[in-house]
Amino acid sequence: MILSRRSLIGTGGLALLAGCDRIAATPAGRTILFSGEKMNQGLQRALTNRAALALEFRADQMSPVFRTNGTRDPGTPAYQALAANRFADWRLAVNGLVARPLTLSMDDLRAFPQRAQITRHDCVEGWSAIGKWQGPTLGSVLKAAGVRTDARFIVFTCADLYRGEPYYESIDMVDAFHPQTILAYALNDRWLDVGHGAPLRLRVERQLGYKHAKYLMRIDAVASLAGIGRGKGGYWEDNVDYDWYAGI
Amino acid sequence: METPPGTLIKRHRLTTRLWHWVNAVAIIVLIGSGLMILNAHPHLYWGAYGANFDRPWLSTPRWPGWITIPASYNLAIARRWHLLFALVLGFGLLAYMAASLANRHFRRDLTVRARELSPRMLWHDVREHWALRFHDPADPRAYNIFQKLSYVAVLFVLLPLMILTGLAMSPNMDAAWPWLLDLLGGRQSARSIHFLCAAAITGFTVVHLALVILAGSWNEVRSMVTGWWRVPE
Repeated sequence: MILSRRSLIGTGGLALLAGCDRIAATPAGRTILFSGEKMNQGLQRALTNRAALALEFRADQMSPVFRTNGTRDPGTPAYQALAANRFADWRLAVNGLVARPLTLSMDDLRAFPQRAQITRHDCVEGWSAIGKWQGPTLGSVLKAAGVRTDARFIVFTCADLYRGEPYYESIDMVDAFHPQTILAYALNDRWLDVGHGAPLRLRVERQLGYKHAKYLMRIDAVASLAGIGRGKGGYWEDNVDYDWYAGI
Repeated sequence: METPPGTLIKRHRLTTRLWHWVNAVAIIVLIGSGLMILNAHPHLYWGAYGANFDRPWLSTPRWPGWITIPASYNLAIARRWHLLFALVLGFGLLAYMAASLANRHFRRDLTVRARELSPRMLWHDVREHWALRFHDPADPRAYNIFQKLSYVAVLFVLLPLMILTGLAMSPNMDAAWPWLLDLLGGRQSARSIHFLCAAAITGFTVVHLALVILAGSWNEVRSMVTGWWRVPE
């Protein structure tokens, strides 16, 4: 009797661990499990200042080496042609729910209000690296394009395929118009290299690394994420069940 | 006024029992999913930053599937479990603390008195533990001093630190509440402290379960389910 209860206490925990995988495999279990994202997003947005700035660091606090992650080189013929010409022919398209669609060269982007910031990049895997990023604020580019009031998300389309799927990401207007959300063309006072997303990548400082889309080709203002990719707002969200809200 | 051995007494209140089991599930899910998250980058650092080219103070082995949630590598699903049950842990603790202040559970059962900490009393309790006697026959309902100290450490130090270090790993919370990073010494330090607190809570849980078995698992488990506990012989 005692022995069986003893083993019950001991194995109860392990049974729970195994049970978790069964729960996560059922549609209802998945719905409950995935409801945490909206709860956390809602709580964070309700309890914190939406305009709060991410911590910025001094130059002597930067990581000695800022590692690369995700796609290291898109490697497609189209991207290779752009890179071979040092991105002189590259253009960023700004489209969707905007009054004035734009096609911007690197020189055009450098004419917008700029921001340089030394911030901490947090990967979903757990590591962090501190680097200096520079580029125009996304908000100023969106204002120039005349983003419409019915736009709820900004979608970033990239030049790279990740495991054969086009990489893309999306953020909402709270982050899109945040003053630290920039389109970075420089890292640590150098032009962005191919490993870090040349010629242009997103910095959305209050979210995890996978939101910081690299190799930007187009930006679209949209009312809904449905119909884009598989509708969840990004490569990792569509294919690997990552949270769309990556502020945590 | 001794309570004779064999008497059934009401030992745990409903709020204590409810929180105990909700929290037990949360802790198991959080440790299992936390170890899977650690598998994604099993290196721990001190300071604000830390990645592959920096020097970790600890690199852990890969945590095997029988102890992780899910059993096979999946960072996304592990995070879903972890961040959902972090809410259960945090708000559960908050509710339990509010209830335990209101019903005087903390004051009555967990207040550590100076005389209990005298070397003579501590040594007496060590010997009592050694003899597997965990309660005072004169006041069997009361927690012994080592119970009190370990419950106080878990409730007021480890679990709050777990929650604060967890929040400090969220880039959005860091922006909104930068004092988290000042308090904990940077995001990677917070991540390291999170791991150390999880290890301490695991250690507490193992000792807790061993003592439940030694004290009589049927009586102890029943008291945490129904509230009723039989004073041992």
